[in-house]
Amino acid sequence: MSDDKKVDHTRRNLVIATCAAGGVAGAAAAVPFAASWMPSERAKAGGAPVEADISKLEPGQILTVEWRSKPVWIVRRTKEMLDSISSLESKVSDPGSDVPMQPEYAKNEFRSIKPEVLVLVGICSHLGCSPQSKPAEAKAEMGADWVGGFLCPCHGSKFDLAGRVYKGAPAPVNLEVPKYTYLSDTRILIGDDKKGA
Amino acid sequence: MAAAEKPPVTGTGSVALDGLLTWVDQRFPLISTWKAHLAEYYAPKNFNFWYYFGSLAMLVLAIQIVTGIFLTMNYKPDANLAFASVEYIMREVPGGWIIRYMHSTGASAFFICIYLHMFRAMLYGSYRNPRELMWIFGVVIYLCLMGEAFFGYLLPWGQMSYWGAQVIINLFSAIPFIGPDLSLWIRGDYVIADATLNRFFAMHVIAIPLLLLGLVMAHLLALHEVGSNNPDGIEIKKHKDANGVPLDGIPFHPYYTVKDILGVVVFMIVFVVIVFFAPEMGGYFLEYNNFVPADPLQTPAHIAPVWYFTPYYSILRAVPPLFNSQFPGVVAMGVSVMVLFLLPWLDRGAVKSIRYRGMHFKVALYVFVVVFLILGYLGTEPITVWGQFGAWLDNADRATVAARVCTVIYFLFFILMPWYTKVDKTKPEPERVTH
Repeated sequence: MSDDKKVDHTRRNLVIATCAAGGVAGAAAAVPFAASWMPSERAKAGGAPVEADISKLEPGQILTVEWRSKPVWIVRRTKEMLDSISSLESKVSDPGSDVPMQPEYAKNEFRSIKPEVLVLVGICSHLGCSPQSKPAEAKAEMGADWVGGFLCPCHGSKFDLAGRVYKGAPAPVNLEVPKYTYLSDTRILIGDDKKGA
Repeated sequence: MAAAEKPPVTGTGSVALDGLLTWVDQRFPLISTWKAHLAEYYAPKNFNFWYYFGSLAMLVLAIQIVTGIFLTMNYKPDANLAFASVEYIMREVPGGWIIRYMHSTGASAFFICIYLHMFRAMLYGSYRNPRELMWIFGVVIYLCLMGEAFFGYLLPWGQMSYWGAQVIINLFSAIPFIGPDLSLWIRGDYVIADATLNRFFAMHVIAIPLLLLGLVMAHLLALHEVGSNNPDGIEIKKHKDANGVPLDGIPFHPYYTVKDILGVVVFMIVFVVIVFFAPEMGGYFLEYNNFVPADPLQTPAHIAPVWYFTPYYSILRAVPPLFNSQFPGVVAMGVSVMVLFLLPWLDRGAVKSIRYRGMHFKVALYVFVVVFLILGYLGTEPITVWGQFGAWLDNADRATVAARVCTVIYFLFFILMPWYTKVDKTKPEPERVTH
């Protein structure tokens, strides 16, 4: 300790430098702790692509497969179903699928590679609930002008048979189309779009 | 040695006990702490009913910690075992059901106490100078409590646990740019999974409780530094006797310890009646869907958070999406809680207590309470709740419009506060406390 009351600036600067170095080391020590919250290798492996066999899927039917613990719907759409999609241009909020909720190859009128086969992640784009299928026959519940589609039970968002969201719904964007590819005419790989991945 | 200079402890009526306490006091600030925080902590003599809820909140905290410790002895934080382990506690562990129902009822009791405790502060201006920091500690405690409740609600791994957490974590996805990565980081998987359950367990049983205890300590130390407010909103320290004791103050112990024990007795009667006869409280304390194991492929028909989050959930739902993003709703919900921090600086009233405020503040506060309750009610119901009434608007829109109106009023209460508290025609405060 110096006898006079003046601050020894050399020592003060050393104290500041030491604190700064200690602070940097402390912050660096937080990295492994923060990193430990990222998905582990096992979790990443669990998120691998899955295969679906659609050979037994009849027109109008829905097949649900699990990918990353999320339901993925595969719908074989009939002619009437495809027509219903075309008729809804003015009622859905993003008819041209301009918001990137699908890979480039599914940015088309029916939001799919082949028009009759729809592949869709069955999770509402609002807050992650799983919408329910409401066929055109559910007019009693959905209203007389209902042409078939999906209804989210949580907050009432409605989607058409291409997963496009109706105007005025809480969900801001269309349902997500995952990356997928045809391994053959009847086998679809979901979660990856390079053959054989 | 300074400690040895302290006078020996006398007056317990037992030479041995005097000796023991003297021995401890010379090595630990026993008597000075006892005096500073209990026997010679002078609280205003006019505390009323509203002043029970601080001590009751501490009692509930103790109940939650003790029951929580015993629940961890049988609970398994594993996605494959969690649901069954809770049922095991309920059906096979001796006394398990009562411990768990105390814990689940305690969660709701905690929020009831805290909401009433906060309302008391608003009634009597307890957040005003010099108690702003105490109020800030209190709001942080409230935030921790919300986190604690959210983390804990996932643990039973029921349908509502799972989908409720799904909805809340997806709120973070709405944040521009970093959102999707942030929610992935919170979950530790692409969906809510075992990794999520395990980390929520760690947060619920150790991280947040440690924070809570530290914050409660800071809240109390801040309180004892500035002294308690009272229903008149005046400072009792202005009038002291020759010994420096506030004339309107009485020692916390024994006067308020005895008063609080009465509160504890009444509270415990109500508490155990709920634990024994209505632990689910009609689906409000324990939601029926949570008796179904979590199923990632099947969303329950109606997802609602537990009642204590529903006012904010209503605000979230009320805000429409903007530019294809639901981020505005998330921001509104966040701001609706965070705005509480600003309360000490928004209030420009000439007086603290509602007893001497004018009509402006009274009307504003009561409207705010009503709006908060309506938002809370709407948050528990699907947006189609008022479909059966009349023919104005669409079925779904009625509740949405109501929620939007209430949301606007909620924010106006805070935004307009500097104005209406300032122009308010206040009455003169008394010099000394009244009853």
